[in-house]
Amino acid sequence: MRKLDFSALLPYADALVEGLIFTVVLTLVSTLAGIAVGTVGAWARTSGPRWAGGLVAAYVEVIRNTPFIVQLFFIFFGLPAAGVKLSEASAAFLAMTINLGAYSTEIIRAGIDATPKGHWEAGLSLAMSRFEVFRHVVLAPAFKKVWPALSSQIIIVMLGSSVVSQISAEDLTYAANFIQSRNFRAFEVYFLVTALYLALSIAMRAALAALGAKLFPKV
Amino acid sequence: MADFSFWVIFSNLLLAARWTVLLSLIAFISGGLVGVVLLFLRTSGVKALAWFVRIYVEVFQGTPLLMQLFLLFFGVALFGIELSPWAAAALALTLWTSAFLVEIWRGCVESVPKGQWEASSSLALNYVEQMRYVILPQALRIAVAPTVGFSVQVIKGTALASIIGFVEVTKAGTMLNNATFRPFLVYSLVALIYFALCFPLSMLAKKLEGRLNVAR
Amino acid sequence: MSPAETRPLVEIKDIRKSFGPLEVLKGISMDVAQGDVVAIIGRSGSGKSTLLRTINGLETFDSGSISVDGTPVIGGEKELKALRRKVGMVFQQFNLFPHLTAAENVALAPKVVLGAGAKEQAETAREMLEKVGLGDKLGNYPSQLSGGQQQRVAIARALAMHPKVLLCDEITSALDPELVNEVLRVVETLAKDGMTLILVTHEMRFARDVGSKLVFMHHGKVHEEGDPKTLFAKPGTPELAQFVGSIG
Repeated sequence: MRKLDFSALLPYADALVEGLIFTVVLTLVSTLAGIAVGTVGAWARTSGPRWAGGLVAAYVEVIRNTPFIVQLFFIFFGLPAAGVKLSEASAAFLAMTINLGAYSTEIIRAGIDATPKGHWEAGLSLAMSRFEVFRHVVLAPAFKKVWPALSSQIIIVMLGSSVVSQISAEDLTYAANFIQSRNFRAFEVYFLVTALYLALSIAMRAALAALGAKLFPKV
Repeated sequence: MADFSFWVIFSNLLLAARWTVLLSLIAFISGGLVGVVLLFLRTSGVKALAWFVRIYVEVFQGTPLLMQLFLLFFGVALFGIELSPWAAAALALTLWTSAFLVEIWRGCVESVPKGQWEASSSLALNYVEQMRYVILPQALRIAVAPTVGFSVQVIKGTALASIIGFVEVTKAGTMLNNATFRPFLVYSLVALIYFALCFPLSMLAKKLEGRLNVAR
Repeated sequence: MSPAETRPLVEIKDIRKSFGPLEVLKGISMDVAQGDVVAIIGRSGSGKSTLLRTINGLETFDSGSISVDGTPVIGGEKELKALRRKVGMVFQQFNLFPHLTAAENVALAPKVVLGAGAKEQAETAREMLEKVGLGDKLGNYPSQLSGGQQQRVAIARALAMHPKVLLCDEITSALDPELVNEVLRVVETLAKDGMTLILVTHEMRFARDVGSKLVFMHHGKVHEEGDPKTLFAKPGTPELAQFVGSIG
């Protein structure tokens, strides 16, 4: 058995930091985009025209019932064959956005479904359109209700993002693979990077909880 | 290359899908068994045991499944333990699955009203008897739908085994793509196969959940 | 009488218990003899339910001692199990096991704890359910029974262990008024048959007519105790007088 030697990682600190930043930024950007997609999707499912609701339902089911890595490969390897060429980073961003978009559609929809009928009726009675009621009356309480579920999903997407290393997007996992190919210290590298992911998910959970408390204060 | 027809690709993917199904079954069943043991530890009321399970869950739910696979496959090899891609994938998926199932099931156990614990302990049942005769039969009913739902996550999780070289449907897709250069077709078919495996389970979970809500 | 029989069945000595900074039991002592029917009354928050729940170990206490039929109430699983074979409990919310029929509810503890065989289980279930007037409901699930019937099943379930003493924690408080009497009648029959009962109750008439002893709790202490008929007719303290008056 070999001795553990974490000092062998020191020369590669820069690569780890760069990978970590990539992962964080990728997660942040695709979270924002994914929630935007999810909000529109939830609107379509609950209040939109029939055809849009059906389309969104199909999108949600396709994404939720296929692995993220296959979605990623389809976008990165498959789409160029159809004439859409994407960089590694943009393919990663697109795949994560589409993935989170589908899950957050379902999550936000559940929040909207839980809105008491009276809120809709009161809003409509005030001469608001369905969209206006959705936008001004229904959305904020719905988000508040599902914020914990949404937060969990965001963290799941962040953890899932380690797969983007497989299309050579230079995230934290990519850095780990690179380092272990150089110094053959696979256990040390993967152990450290796993710990970094754990720290990241704990930090994100705390940050999302704080953000939720700020965005949706207790009344 | 032209002789790689649609059907050749599709039939090869279907053959590889057997391994996806087998790996999923192994992970789900053994993960479930480990999950039951963890559930007993978690709800036993013994603080140290409960904390052990908490940390276990935190680690396996808070880190990427891919890292868990790498640690087992590449990392452990350094200690002189050689794991085949097959064994590493089965082991990693088992641990990962158990960490999710124990939390799902704990939620179900905790949703059984406190009075049921009090009534059964007033009848002199011990912890294991309470679980066996009173709590689990009720928790099980609630647990069926989310457990079926999670099986979809397990199937999708097996796709990561492709990365350490286990030839299931995703890996087969990559290999077929390298041979045929028809990525759009190949990955569409791969997605279709996963969808065919997962969608019925998703629907079943939804249906079970609906039935439970009506029953209440 | 032999000395063993003269010893009280339930001995409670100087029990104290706090929830955080709040002391809910401030040194309670009480003896309950074989065949006693003790009614504990008092305002909500006076500690009466907590006291009752300490007797079978559902609540722990900080100091003092309790013993039932010579078995001390202490924390270990084995000791608690031994204790709970002697002490039955009926809850305000019934707490029937919803996945089991009435008969199965009654037979569960005999089966699991006493190792009764199938035939014995069936006999016990029938006998106990007949005792509470539900001989025709053996196969019904709790959801198919009225609140009063559910509570009677719960009583039968407790009786199936042949307890030395039965604790009743506000067993009629969750019932619709028209269902209260059927449950009280069952308890009254038990009392007449010589069962030792400790009841926390709001049914003053029942406490007076059926009780052999009344305990009035106030601010975590036994404020007054004695013969129910005497105390109701002539409360010894203004607090009891006010309490009885406010109940009507």
